[in-house]
Amino acid sequence: MNTQPLLDIRNLSVEIPTESSTLKAVRGVDLELKRGETLGIVGESGSGKSMTALAMMSLLPPAARRSAACINFDGADLMQASEHDFAVQVRGQRIGMIFQEPMTSLNPVYTIGRQLKETMTLHRKVSESEAEVRAIHLLEKVGLPDPASRLKQYPHELSGGQRQRVMIAMALMNEPELLIADEPTTALDVTIQAQILRLLRDLQQELGMSMILITHDLGVVSRAADKIAVMYAGDIVETGTTEEVLLNPRHPYTQGLLECVPGYRNGALKRLGSIPGIVPSMTGTVQGCAFASRCPRAVDTCRTQTPPSQEISPQRMYVCHDPQETRDWQPSPAPGLSQDMLVSPSQGQTPILSVNSVSCTFSVRRGMFGKRIPLRAMNDISLQVNKGEVLALVGESGCGKTTLTRTIMGLQQPDTGSVVLNGQRIETLPAMQRARMIQPIFQDPYSSLNPRKTIGEIIGKPLAVHKLGSRQEQLAKTYSMMELVGLPRRVFNSYPNQLSGGQRQRAAIGRALIMRPEVVICDEPTSALDVSVQAQILNLLLDLRDELDLTYLFVTHNLSVVQHMADRVAVMYLGEIVECGDRDDVMLNPRHPYTRALMDSALSIAPGEIVPDLGLSGDFPNPMNRPAGCAFNPRCPIAEQVCRERAPAPEIIGSSLVRCWKAQPSSDRPIA
Amino acid sequence: MMTTDTVKNPRFVAESQTDGEQVDTGLGLSPAKAALKRARGHTGLKIGFGIILLMVFLALFAPWLAPHDPYVQNLPMRLLPPAWVDGGEWRYLLGTDHLGRDYLSRIIYGARISLAIGIGAATVGAIIGVTLGLLAGYFGGWLDQAVNFLVTCQLAIPSLLLIMALVFVIGQSITVVIFVIGATHWVFYLVVTRSATLRLREMDFVAAARSMGCSRFQVAVREVLPNLSNQIMVIFTLEVAIAILSEATLSFLGLGIPSPMPSWGLMIAEGKTSMFFQPWLVVLPGLALFMLVIAVNLLGDGVRDVTVTDRRS
Repeated sequence: MNTQPLLDIRNLSVEIPTESSTLKAVRGVDLELKRGETLGIVGESGSGKSMTALAMMSLLPPAARRSAACINFDGADLMQASEHDFAVQVRGQRIGMIFQEPMTSLNPVYTIGRQLKETMTLHRKVSESEAEVRAIHLLEKVGLPDPASRLKQYPHELSGGQRQRVMIAMALMNEPELLIADEPTTALDVTIQAQILRLLRDLQQELGMSMILITHDLGVVSRAADKIAVMYAGDIVETGTTEEVLLNPRHPYTQGLLECVPGYRNGALKRLGSIPGIVPSMTGTVQGCAFASRCPRAVDTCRTQTPPSQEISPQRMYVCHDPQETRDWQPSPAPGLSQDMLVSPSQGQTPILSVNSVSCTFSVRRGMFGKRIPLRAMNDISLQVNKGEVLALVGESGCGKTTLTRTIMGLQQPDTGSVVLNGQRIETLPAMQRARMIQPIFQDPYSSLNPRKTIGEIIGKPLAVHKLGSRQEQLAKTYSMMELVGLPRRVFNSYPNQLSGGQRQRAAIGRALIMRPEVVICDEPTSALDVSVQAQILNLLLDLRDELDLTYLFVTHNLSVVQHMADRVAVMYLGEIVECGDRDDVMLNPRHPYTRALMDSALSIAPGEIVPDLGLSGDFPNPMNRPAGCAFNPRCPIAEQVCRERAPAPEIIGSSLVRCWKAQPSSDRPIA
Repeated sequence: MMTTDTVKNPRFVAESQTDGEQVDTGLGLSPAKAALKRARGHTGLKIGFGIILLMVFLALFAPWLAPHDPYVQNLPMRLLPPAWVDGGEWRYLLGTDHLGRDYLSRIIYGARISLAIGIGAATVGAIIGVTLGLLAGYFGGWLDQAVNFLVTCQLAIPSLLLIMALVFVIGQSITVVIFVIGATHWVFYLVVTRSATLRLREMDFVAAARSMGCSRFQVAVREVLPNLSNQIMVIFTLEVAIAILSEATLSFLGLGIPSPMPSWGLMIAEGKTSMFFQPWLVVLPGLALFMLVIAVNLLGDGVRDVTVTDRRS
């Protein structure tokens, strides 16, 4: 066995000149990767993870300057290679790359087959038919059914998960020795994420590839990587094996990141840990430790002197002045799911919001003269949200979550059924009165705030619309709301794009709460944010609930967030609620096979464990092409004849409502 | 040393002063004050604003500023070149036209009409186009189809023919010319407004406004419209020039402003016949037009820059 590392990077730096100064995107990174090994690079956005990968691939933006002592790849220094040699011999040939966005990384005007074959014929002397054989073989291997006919399809005919599989197949066409995957599953649903991660691992073992996995998701990296490099502000602050780094982190940044993850270390805490501030942009000369301004343990030396790199073993290193306290971090045992200490159980049983057998069908017309195809977005949905509780609504994209929330807010008329808020049917409520009772918080704080209005205008807008109080009173209320959501007064006259993502989400929360609504619909409020900011926002939402006596309907796909926030959980699949019950019941003892798969796909931080096999076949179906019988039957591992013929009706089992023919009355399934 | 430093860096001084204000109120600069502060440091905006101010001044005080009566013909003195050219006379600083009328006076008087028509017609077009575009983009459905049909009609009918017909029917006056040109130059506005609105209406801030009880009309006007100002501004600057030139075409055909009144467009049209022998006849009003268009552009860009919100301060 060759002991020489496959990839050896020494002192890699990337600088990007800007108008006023030079941005140091990557600052002296050292990396080493053996054959067959997987390295996970983790860090918040802006930490330089992707820049490092792009620098390796010579794909940096034109203005960026790269420097390195060496980038040794299989004995040859890539720094010496000319752009032409690199393009012909290395990129796409010996190093493959997978990007984050499967929706945009395939060319929409060429067929899948052409794009796959091209990657091969460009680099090697192979015939068209040889390339086609290989393409079909790989498509089969990445789990696309009927690969031969796929070659003639265009990217828009495939779902997101399928496109990502095609991207992986494309990266593997030339049997690369190294695969760089930059957030390969971030844009995908959790069940698809688990499938893709398993696929990558299997292919890697089969082909003996090395892999660099860039991600912000510590759960993903804990399952998929052999070793981890934690990046912060363009530098690697800690490296080691996955187990060492995640179970015994030494750098305060790594420790902070881990504390932010819901359900990992903070079982006994009511609130998550968080790292204040954001990743700084490194410009000019850097003095001291880049993390000092956000570090809870920083001492004077940290601000003045560059921290030394502390080597514990040849594989384990961290860059820190190492004030005594750093060593005190003891991993508390990850709490078992049964420990219910986060949220007090159901506050009361008076339903403040109830959704009664709501159904809604859109008709979609293909083209101007095409036939109208019915799209059943919601099918007989019933839900109750009790006063003061948090109901989490979980489901993959396309399952009808958004239609349901729009219906609950009265922005969408259901075909049948009704939504009752505080004893009144929502459609009979005038818009103004409805707005005082129910308010939304949206997923993307970059789209939910009008870029042309100042933060003060945005937060105070509901008061102005409802003409509540004098101008002076409105201003006073706006100020106190800003204080409540933790926004400094000086941003009153700032525009949204002058704020960070977390601050913007705080403003959106302030706008939703200024009318003191009773019910707040949170639509994935943290999925666009970094994990450290996510923790801050989740804490804020919990604090506000206690303070203002709010009821949340919390839409999310992140199950660790559900576990942290929710009292009850409703699981949605293809326009139906398939299971609904108390959080612990649903999460510990899932009765519907889909719920079970979802729970398995939630990747908690568990070094050494592998990504579980969900037993789900295929992708999320197109809602326009709804399967007969139970909507879940084509993917269900335990489907029988009856499931394919008749749709199951909701049934009460224990404290949960389950929609399945095969639901077990009480599961003896061992707790994972 | 200190004094020279501060004189050299007036912006630095202004900034440090306003920083002080910020600390006092604790709110940051109000949007209007911040825009004003940026405007003071924006050269393009100041130049554009200055030129337009000058032209408005000329237009308003034309009777007092013009050295001659722009309508009095003096045939013996016809086609004099500008004073600094051989054969020119200092009495007629910019020379005379083919009827012996003082060119400087005509350009000064022409500013009245050209400014009114350029800015007026572009505004009329903007009102029509933006309203229709906003309606079509935001409400969609049959309204969108109706508006699209209207656009198709507008593009299919030769606009010159339409203008001629309208002017014949209504009669000839500046107001008519402004409205007729405006009414035939709104397609640009509409197309851009509509497509931008289609994108904006899917944004979450629109849903947020709806869920706080705003009516659809309120959302369209208060939330969507402010986000269109940049695009509208760009088209406006283009349309000003287009409108002035269309007026020249109309005047050339005898359908523009009634005859002896001077306008830059008409002067260019008249001078065209003798362009090779008396080039100033075209160059001078052309230069005035050029300055106006440049000024509108600079002003538009400047206003966009100082009101733009997508940069960190």
